[in-house]
Amino acid sequence: MSAPLLAVENLKVTFPSPSGPVDVVKGISFSLGRERLGIVGESGSGKSMTGRSILGLVRAPGKVSATRLEFDGMDLLKQGEKAMRKIRGARISMVMQDPKFSLNPVMTVGEQIAEALVAHKRLPRREIAARVRAMLEAVRINDPDRVAGLYPHEISGGMGQRVMIAMMLIPEPDILIADEPTSALDVSVQAQVLDIIDDLVRNKGMGLILISHDLNLVAHYCDRVLVMNSGRLVEDCAASELKNAQHPYTRGLLAAQPRLDETRDELPVIDRTTWSAT
Amino acid sequence: MATDTPFPDAGAQATRKRGGGARRTRKAALHLGGIAVSLIVTLLGLIAITFFIGRVVPIDPALAVVGDRAPKAVYEAARVQLGLDKPLIVQFVTYVKAVATGDLGMSVSTGRPVLQDLKEVFPATLEMATLGILIGIALGVPMGVHAAAKQGSLTDQVIRVVGLAGYAIPAFWLGLVGLAVFYARLQWVDGPGRVDIAYDGLVTPVTGLMLVDSLLAGETDIFFNAIGHLALPACILGFFSLAYIARMTRSFMLDQLAQEYITTARVKGLPERVVIWRHAFRPILLPLITVCALSYAALLEGSVMIETIFSWPGIGNYLTVALLNADMAAVLGATLLIGTVFIIINKVSDALYDVLDPRAR
Repeated sequence: MSAPLLAVENLKVTFPSPSGPVDVVKGISFSLGRERLGIVGESGSGKSMTGRSILGLVRAPGKVSATRLEFDGMDLLKQGEKAMRKIRGARISMVMQDPKFSLNPVMTVGEQIAEALVAHKRLPRREIAARVRAMLEAVRINDPDRVAGLYPHEISGGMGQRVMIAMMLIPEPDILIADEPTSALDVSVQAQVLDIIDDLVRNKGMGLILISHDLNLVAHYCDRVLVMNSGRLVEDCAASELKNAQHPYTRGLLAAQPRLDETRDELPVIDRTTWSAT
Repeated sequence: MATDTPFPDAGAQATRKRGGGARRTRKAALHLGGIAVSLIVTLLGLIAITFFIGRVVPIDPALAVVGDRAPKAVYEAARVQLGLDKPLIVQFVTYVKAVATGDLGMSVSTGRPVLQDLKEVFPATLEMATLGILIGIALGVPMGVHAAAKQGSLTDQVIRVVGLAGYAIPAFWLGLVGLAVFYARLQWVDGPGRVDIAYDGLVTPVTGLMLVDSLLAGETDIFFNAIGHLALPACILGFFSLAYIARMTRSFMLDQLAQEYITTARVKGLPERVVIWRHAFRPILLPLITVCALSYAALLEGSVMIETIFSWPGIGNYLTVALLNADMAAVLGATLLIGTVFIIINKVSDALYDVLDPRAR
């Protein structure tokens, strides 16, 4: 395989606390090509922070360090703010959890999508409008001209998340980080949104990092799965191999999943004593 | 339709507006009617409270007119003339009727109709307060935004100290020190009063605003002289409103900057300037308008201290003198005017809300 799009080695994210600095990400390593990578883990396992540190968006007082954090041959940690701005959106983009909060309430959907494009490309107005329209169609919005003129409070959550995807993909980035893109949505629209992401990412040959706490979902939509627990990577395997996972945490998670043909009275609880000492 | 804009929404909205023209007009008329009704009700309440408080305080307006050495017959005549012999409720109804016809009564301290007095003193306050609030907004808002954007930095600390000073320093001290330094010593500004005595009464009042009237009369000398007189008190008022506005702006901005859509804006790769002014500042325009409107209303009440120190013939001064002379007609009239201004400013800021916030439409 040629050099990966993104190479992460020994990534750490540290926050100060009254009782000394706390590592929320404790030195994880992985690489990403033009593939679909899933990161799963429970709340507070550091998966979101991993996504944000790639974009250089961990706000002070948080600190990011790594022996290697390379994107397309560039050392992300050495880029200045201005250089990072050129990477953000244009080359690495991120879809966030809840469109209710991640869309600006006082700007129309069209304005917000256009802004993402204009930030990186100088284009004639006509062309921008056409691209916004095409992008809205690509995320399967039926009436793009009408929707572009709406404000975020006038659209549903599912539509909001599709708008978010449109906004993040319009500059055609190389990597899309989807940070729990469906957690705030109804189950019925979750699959729809993920299918759209999957479709676009595959068609454009992008790299995808899908952050989620839903094992099944990640196994279904990704080629490779990383399992994180309290800031550490505990599992790195192909999605198809997940059933054969070795780490007790992953095994615990898998065992705790209810099945339709369930015969157990009680689902097992993860026994954390087996590895938390490490 | 959307030939000159990248956003189809602008065109679509224009169509929507045109289509619902008649309905919009009716809605606007209803809205104005609602404003008028609430204005009247609020003012009635204001009149009632002020009126009855004015009557129960142990000040005798009749005594104020005739003095305490007047013979009983003269005193009684004054009481009858002022209508004080009638039952309180009758007095109240008479007063409300008079106000409804635009008659605010006679001031016993100036011997002129209260309405005429107010027409002279209010523009003086209006001029100073307007300039003051403009200074306060023009400096306070950027300071607040800047402090929030650089939270915890030295700039933030300096701005906070300046704001705190605006709260802590008494107006009379700042007024006196300001005069001593900028007028007496440095001679950068002119002294108390609205214009130099030599210019006094040279300009025929049209609007009552010295800056406007002098320009209307073509008297640029007087215009610049009036600016010289206005500069210091307006800056001091501006400083006080700046303190409040900057502080509120900062806290509104900090709230906004913690929002998720600010992260979205950064993820898009937007420059920090755009993130701050377009994404964080635009949503706070609404609460900020309320803050500025309230500060403006407070300044329009007339800053008694500043008006006294700068011999400014404004409403604060007028109200104080009237109060000390038990001049109830003047007190009531001035209170009504201030109340009306308060309500109007609030209504205007509400109306701006509707225009600016897509969620309120």
